[in-house]
Amino acid sequence: MVKTNDLILKTMTVLISFILFGFSVNLFFAGHNAPGGGFIGGLMTAAAIILMYMAYGERAINKVLPINYRTLLTIGLLIAIATGVGSFLFGEPFLSQTYDYFNFPIFGKMELATALLFDLGVYLTVIGVTMTIVLTISSDR
Amino acid sequence: MNEIIETVTAICMVVITISIALLLYRVVKGPTNPDRAVALDAIGINLMGMAGLVAIMIATTRLNDVILLIGILLFIGTIALAKYLEKGVIIDRDD
Repeated sequence: MVKTNDLILKTMTVLISFILFGFSVNLFFAGHNAPGGGFIGGLMTAAAIILMYMAYGERAINKVLPINYRTLLTIGLLIAIATGVGSFLFGEPFLSQTYDYFNFPIFGKMELATALLFDLGVYLTVIGVTMTIVLTISSDR
Repeated sequence: MNEIIETVTAICMVVITISIALLLYRVVKGPTNPDRAVALDAIGINLMGMAGLVAIMIATTRLNDVILLIGILLFIGTIALAKYLEKGVIIDRDD
């Protein structure tokens, strides 16, 4: 079979995958008081990575993003458990969440909640599970 | 003014519904698979329009993310379908 030239697809992927990463980060941080959150943000990040895999092939992206997604899944689960266990340090029940207001140089006063750390665990787990499923199926023969 | 918006939104909803119905006919009847892929792509674009109209109807801005999301997933799905139809493999293995 002749080798096809995906120039348009590859050039568009460079632009669009960056927009997708930005959108997924936006969804991840917007999840506290708007639609979004760790799950849909993780799915969007996985979609961006899958788009890069589709355009450039498995070997090139494995070189660009040398991430073992099974390790990422484990790290995400460990973060989620650690935020639950961490509430024991303050004598609170399992998975207690709290928040406080902090002043930042650029953004001013912001509310930081420990639920964001739990969401980070969900985010990494969703990326790990989705990419493990897709890459396992695609490398099957 | 409000009544004009409601009337126009309802009319647009009906028109988009007819458009989706015609595209569904192409999906079911389409002689070849690329016909079905293009029809599914167009159905997704119509769904984006429909989500925008629903956002106008119930007067909310929370659906903007949904519209963007449908567009992104549609793009990725159509790329995957096109690569499958052209090469028979979606993620190249290079070996």
